[in-house]
Amino acid sequence: MAQLTQAAKTAGPRHSSAAPARRRRVKAGGAGKQQHAGPIAYILLIIAAAISLFPLYWTVVAASHTDTDITQPPTPLLPGSHLVENIKVVWDEVDMTTALINSTVVAGCVAISTVLFATLAGFAFAKLRFRGRNALLMIVVATMTIPPQLSVIPLYQIITKVGWFGHLQAVILPSLVAAFGVFFMRQFLSEALPIELIEAARVDGAHSLRILWHVVFPIARPAMAVLGMLVFVQAWNDFFWPLIALNQQNPTVQVALAGVGAGNHTIDHAAVVTAALVATLPLLLVFAFLGKHIVGGITAGAVKS
Amino acid sequence: MATSVRATSDGSPPSSRPAPSTSDQRGSRPPGWRTRLYRFDTKASPYAYVAPFFILFAAFGLFPLIYTGWLSLHQVELGSHAKWVGFDNYTGLWDNEFFWKALRNTFTLGVLSTVPQLLMALGLAHLLNYKLRGRGFFRVAVLAPYATSVAAATLVFIQMFNPDYGMINQLFGHLGFGHVDWESSKWPAQIAISTIVTWRWTGYNALIYLAAMQAVPADLYEAAALDGASRWRQFVNVTIPSIRPTILFTIIVSTIGATQLFGEPLMFGGGVGVTGGTDHQYQTLSLYMYDKGWNVGELGQASAVAWVMLLILLLIGAVNLLIARSNRRKLGA
Repeated sequence: MAQLTQAAKTAGPRHSSAAPARRRRVKAGGAGKQQHAGPIAYILLIIAAAISLFPLYWTVVAASHTDTDITQPPTPLLPGSHLVENIKVVWDEVDMTTALINSTVVAGCVAISTVLFATLAGFAFAKLRFRGRNALLMIVVATMTIPPQLSVIPLYQIITKVGWFGHLQAVILPSLVAAFGVFFMRQFLSEALPIELIEAARVDGAHSLRILWHVVFPIARPAMAVLGMLVFVQAWNDFFWPLIALNQQNPTVQVALAGVGAGNHTIDHAAVVTAALVATLPLLLVFAFLGKHIVGGITAGAVKS
Repeated sequence: MATSVRATSDGSPPSSRPAPSTSDQRGSRPPGWRTRLYRFDTKASPYAYVAPFFILFAAFGLFPLIYTGWLSLHQVELGSHAKWVGFDNYTGLWDNEFFWKALRNTFTLGVLSTVPQLLMALGLAHLLNYKLRGRGFFRVAVLAPYATSVAAATLVFIQMFNPDYGMINQLFGHLGFGHVDWESSKWPAQIAISTIVTWRWTGYNALIYLAAMQAVPADLYEAAALDGASRWRQFVNVTIPSIRPTILFTIIVSTIGATQLFGEPLMFGGGVGVTGGTDHQYQTLSLYMYDKGWNVGELGQASAVAWVMLLILLLIGAVNLLIARSNRRKLGA
């Protein structure tokens, strides 16, 4: 935690010392001056990419074979023709339609609200002066270190008391904002939003909501999109709290998978892998189309943290 | 002030919103309350913007954290009233062999899953930092595991690690290694679980390192090259020190993640996942807490486990702080 702020500090001055435009050019020039990768580097990178992608590929392979195919050596390494049957088994035994809809609703709500609240707070921390700003920002960073295990027991008691157990709001409400999102937007807006723009708008008599709407949001939009994707992925894959707060009657995809893994359903290994494939496919599609932006978002959020 | 000029030219009638004190001075013209409203606006809006975060954190983070501490001093069963028991839950943990087992497993799994992961991420970032053909492809490829969920990834890896028919044992057979029992033997099971964690997070950390590496000024490398430093020397003497803050950051994030490791061992164990295998051989603190709270139904004891986790994290934070201090002193000297 202390390192976080220290890291921010060490990264900070270096950034601000050079003019932003020059800085960017230096960065691009630095990358351009990089040495070319030799054959060994390519071989190692291809191995790394293969290790990263192989389990995903094999998920498709296993999901398209029968149970006996994949439980008898040698394990198949090429796609088979049993995918549709496996998908039918999964849909017959597990309530995948509900799970997919629920996960979309939860991840969608969490992403939208996190982006909104994180942009508001990130803007305030990046560009507005107010008493206690640094202390409050320290608190935001510090909250990142608190694991969910510290809050689930009281939250569980509360949701059972108010009758939310098994309902989606029990999963959505505690995740409406994330500290990392606030930090992410602050880092982006500190650099991307010139203070002169805000001052000019103030001189024109714009009140703060107008400034938000006409100055801050338009400039923050690319970062908001990236943050939205990152939060969506995280919320889609969230496991611990949904497992406690929901049940198999109204699951998210991950809760349904947990039920599959614990042997709640009479389905074979091929169908289990198929369920995993169905759960991952939506995100893999997002990655296939927007992977570059997600990569950019992770690296952009990371440099300064 | 520019605003007061604007305000007089602005013909819109004042609404009945402003505070009562301003309505007394209605005779002294609108600029008065407009300026005040403006001042109030600039003063209060920052707080309004950060308020949602802090209100939500207070409700869903801070209050439950403290309440968990209170519960840890009580005997609480699911659906019953709390009974004060002082530190009994903590002394109960101290005497419980499964708690110590979970603590040791959390530590060993943490080391097995973070140390190789971060070292490989560092190497991978170094490779990605070269001038490359297909740069975008490699970056997206190594990040792809990040898109899978813990549950989905583990379900697939279980098949690959299956002792009887899994492809990893087949591969080991071809290579002439013996048959490994990835499920019930302690260390193989922990290695298998760590492999899942490592697979999912190495690319992510590599991209974070890569971003930091690209911000290292090129002249540092040029100076090192002029001094005759080899590529490896440059990596050790220029790259690593330059991205040290980022390395510390990833160490902290990974340590926090490792302390709360839950989904991988739970899913890996299948039907016996909650106890971390038949012999608790990979039960982590998080699993132990879940087991206590939702299987045994002892929420008080589960709360005590949660607070032990918090204390461990605080301890780790303090150690990191000390290391950072001494590092800074060394650098300053």
